[in-house]
Amino acid sequence: MTDSLDAYLILSGMLFAIGSFGFLARRNAISMLMSIELMLNGVNLAIVAFGAFGGSVAMAAQGSIVALMVMAVAAAEATVGLAIVIAIYRNKRTPLVDEYDSMRQ
Amino acid sequence: MVRRLIPILLGLMVLGIVTAIAAAMLLFLGQDWEDALFWLFATVMIGAAILVVTMRDIIRCGLAMIVCFGVLAGIYVIIGAPLIAAAQVIVYIGAISVLILFAIMLTQTKDAPSRLVFQTQAVPAAIASVVIAVVIALAIAATDWGEAAKRIRLATDAMSSELFDSYLLPFEIVSVLLLAAVIGGVYLAKRERGGPS
Repeated sequence: MTDSLDAYLILSGMLFAIGSFGFLARRNAISMLMSIELMLNGVNLAIVAFGAFGGSVAMAAQGSIVALMVMAVAAAEATVGLAIVIAIYRNKRTPLVDEYDSMRQ
Repeated sequence: MVRRLIPILLGLMVLGIVTAIAAAMLLFLGQDWEDALFWLFATVMIGAAILVVTMRDIIRCGLAMIVCFGVLAGIYVIIGAPLIAAAQVIVYIGAISVLILFAIMLTQTKDAPSRLVFQTQAVPAAIASVVIAVVIALAIAATDWGEAAKRIRLATDAMSSELFDSYLLPFEIVSVLLLAAVIGGVYLAKRERGGPS
């Protein structure tokens, strides 16, 4: 099972689908950010798996390097996203996204 | 008190069943350690991810997210990328989870209607995500990956020489990006002087 690429890819696809459900369905802004983190982790798992099954050491190294870059960008995204959520919370006093409707016509 | 223990007992029971299946795979079906551990980790990871998106209490969602990330680090070890596993533990469990837990504690309100966890589009969202998972699984099963059958275990020195040889410029750019994100986060979350509260 662990010697086939399919197992890892299906696992990462399931993680991505669960994260997309959370992003679409949750009301809390921080829950949506957590779902985005789940989706990023799924994609990261797919990248590392493709690299590890790429057939050469250079390919595996490149997969791991891209995964590291994705992790760094995910950390930056979490920092800015949570700061935005906290800044909005300070004005609106609620973390629920369906009450952020001041830009609605 | 007893009612609070029920979810914990249920979780322990499911974990015990999964562990028993893994042990049975190891002992009777003649599969090796990696297969059994992969089965265990994959089940715990998907279960924790489902708990993250469905649980009512958002603090528990954060704790389930930590479990999900930690188990994913184990899967990285099974693939053969131990440095990625270490970075996963440091970055996700050490940094991002703590950040998210702090943000949860800063934005919890008593009077917020915590009963409604999901939006009104929860059912179409569930259907859409199931469709996404099925389409991805079908596409993976239908694709012939060629002769990419052998898994390569990556040594850390090979990866680091590649990183600091060919990918030095992206590495530096990512470090600058992180610095900019930290400064931007501090600026955004800073309390404005004379502003509201």
